[in-house]
Parts: sequence; C-alpha cells; structure tokens
Amino acid sequence: MSLLEIRGLRKSFGSLQVLKGIDLDVNTGDVVAVLGPSGSGKTTFLRCLNFLERADEGSYTFDGKVFDLGKMKKQDIAGIRRKTAFVFQNFNLFANRTALGNVTEGLITARKMTKPEAERIGREVLDKVGLSERYDYYPEQLSGGQQQRVAIARALATDPEIIFFDEPTSALDPELIGEVLNVMRELASEGMTMLVVTHEISFAKQVSNRVVFMENGMVLEAADSGEFFAAPKEARVREFLRTLREHGN
Amino acid sequence: MKERWITIFLDSFWKILLPGLKLTLPLTALSFLFALIIAVMVALIQFADVKGLKQLARFYVWVIRGTPVLVQLFVVFYGLPSLGILLEPFPAAVIVFSLNEGAYASETVRAALEAVPKGQIEAGYCVGMSWLQIMRRIVLPQAMRTAFPPLSNSLIGLLKETSLAANITVAEMFMSAQRIVARTYEPLLLYLEVGLIYLFFCTILTKLQSIGERRLKTYGGTK
Repeated sequence: MSLLEIRGLRKSFGSLQVLKGIDLDVNTGDVVAVLGPSGSGKTTFLRCLNFLERADEGSYTFDGKVFDLGKMKKQDIAGIRRKTAFVFQNFNLFANRTALGNVTEGLITARKMTKPEAERIGREVLDKVGLSERYDYYPEQLSGGQQQRVAIARALATDPEIIFFDEPTSALDPELIGEVLNVMRELASEGMTMLVVTHEISFAKQVSNRVVFMENGMVLEAADSGEFFAAPKEARVREFLRTLREHGN
Repeated sequence: MKERWITIFLDSFWKILLPGLKLTLPLTALSFLFALIIAVMVALIQFADVKGLKQLARFYVWVIRGTPVLVQLFVVFYGLPSLGILLEPFPAAVIVFSLNEGAYASETVRAALEAVPKGQIEAGYCVGMSWLQIMRRIVLPQAMRTAFPPLSNSLIGLLKETSLAANITVAEMFMSAQRIVARTYEPLLLYLEVGLIYLFFCTILTKLQSIGERRLKTYGGTK
C-alpha cells in the first residue's frame, strides 16, 4: 500500500501555473528521486507536499487518510507534519541553537518531551550522522556539510515516516557533497522512505528505486530507477541525461 | 567672579543631579521598558501580517512619527483634561514617551525580525512548532540581538528627550537647572552644567551598551 499518494496536484503563482496536475506514489521504504531541469517545478512540488506552499487543488493520501489539497485544515497540516520531515537546500538550521539544540528544539516544544529525553534522542541521531564531536557547536561554527548533516539529524529526530529532501547537496562545496550523500545512502539502506529532489544523477542511479522526471510543471516520465536510466522512454529525458553526462555528472 | 562660578556650580550640582536620579532616570527607564513591549507587539503584528491589526499598527506609527513629541506631551497633559482625563505630570510623560519611543523602536524591531532568514521559520514549522513558538524561541532572540545597537541608540536619545517633560511641569534635571538660572542669572554656567550631567549619564549608557554587546550571545560567531 502507498504511504503517500498524490493525484492531480495543481499550483499557480498568480497567473503562472507552475504545477499542472502531478501524480505520485511513494511506498514505504521507497527512495524516489525527482529529477528535471531547473524551473520544472520540482522544488515547488516538494514544498507543497509539506505545505510550505499551499497547492490549489489535488488529492493527498497519507497513511491511508485522504485529504483535499484545496481545503486543508490547520490540524490536518499539523498532523501530517508530525509524521514527515523536510531537509532544505540551505539547511535552515536555527542560528541561535547548537547542533544538539537544533535537533531537540522540535521535540521539546512541539512534542512536549522532557529535555533529558530529547537530548538522549538528539545525541543518538547526531551520532548517526557522524557528528558526535559537534553537539555544542553553533551552525556558524560548522561546515556546510556538517550543517546539512545536523539538518538530517533534526529530521530523523522526529521519527518521520518519510523525509522530503530539497536539493540537499546543491548549496555545498563539491568536496562536502560526499559526506551528505553517504548519510542519505545509509538511511536508504535502513529502509527510510525518502523523496529526494536532486541534481545528483549518480546518487539517483545508485540509491533510488524510483525516478520521477519533471518538466514544465508536469511529470514527463516515472519509472523504476533501473529502467529509467537504462532505457528512458522519452526523448527529452534521454537528452537531459546525455547533457548531464557530458558535463561529467 | 571665578569663585562665584565655582560656588554656584558646586551648589547646584546636587540640585540638578538629584532630580536626574529621581525623575530623569526613572522616566527614561519606565518609558523605554513600556516602549520595548509596545515595539515588539507592534512589530510582530506587522511581521505576522495580522489583517486589520496591521493597518492599526501602521496608523499608530504614522501618527506618532509624524507629530512632534512636544505636541504629544501638550495634547496629553494640557489637552486631555478638557475630555475629563486628568493626569499627573509624571505618568503623562511616561505615557507619551512610551508611545513615542514605541513607534520608533517598533520599526527597529520589525527590521530586525525581517533580517532573520525566513528558512528558519519554515524549518520550525517542519519540526512541528507553532508560529508563536518559532517567534519566541528562534526569531525574536536573534532579532533582539540584531536590534540591540540601534535600540541602545534610541535609549540614549530618549534620556535626553525627557528634558522636554519640563514643559509639562515634571521637575526633572532641565527644569531644575532652569529654576537655578532664574535665581542666579548664570545661564551659561548652569546650562553647560546640566548638559555635562546629561553627558555623564549618556556616557554610562554607552559603556553599558558596549558591555552588553560583548556579553550578548554570539551563537559561536567571532563578532
């Protein structure tokens, strides 16, 4: 059964329609890569899934519950956000909190955990992303790669059923990309459900089991990962992959 | 001549400083405290884009900033009695300076709120925090750090501005100096003296500001 099922998601900014009816299925344990040229609406789509943007219409089925995207209630959104997590391109760590504070903040305020309990979980997830030595560092004292790993730890701390990643390595220096991808690879191998908007084709190839290719606010091709990279059906997708290969990706 | 000056200077020093301690400083401190409360609320209302209230906040800032504080003092102290609202000089001054400073400070706080990256608010929502929790625990602490130097500036400005309260019979430092001038006919000496005492107070505030800035949590930065 699908964990997340999207049907006919539409979104306009003013008169500009950026998402023109997107369908998507994500099963528990899936790693879905969302590919596509810039301006194709990938990020907006992802943001709609966690209600950072409000879609105009469409149906949203999560954990067996069906919602109408045009008429989401505050409690519905809060309920879905409790079970999902989001990792941003620019990390968006709380600048006034340490690494540990970033991870525990939501647990303490939103989930009403006691501080010791939250910190136990916080240390556990920071250890998991390889930051045992950095509990008390502020974001400003961490490298981009470390910041993004804190952000992933923050996402893990809430024990989500799915994590949305919005181009998690795009803001990183090339030599720091690997450490973030390794953490994501490990999560995938542990069966974490992930929806990843990315430009890292090799990551998509190795780690994802499904690929969705978007262009002009529509899904041009959705397929199993192996099939997608071996024999893409759409000419446009072949061209996209060829261009990326030529640029050494 | 010189001796007379020295005698008057020394005699009047305490007579000016004491009202400074008893009226100017409390007036400044109270007004600034209330102004900060007003400023944070007015800034948050605009930041959150609360319909209706936002227009009200803009209206308040517009009116206060567009009229002289002296006029505001006169309206409240001399004008309101005709509506049956009679205020003692000191509370009247506190009300006017709080409202006046609150309007200016709200713009400072609003700018500081806007300077906190929006992504942190989104991240807060994503970990399940409410808007108020995000403001209280993430955005405001960072904004108030940014706003600290300009707000210190406002505090120093306010301290000197309280001399206008002499016009509504608050017997603060400036009025005390005026009274001594009337008695001694030494305007140069006494106005310089009261200026010196203001300078002394402001120097202390400036020192406090730099101590405060150093002490403020820098969140790991080297600034």
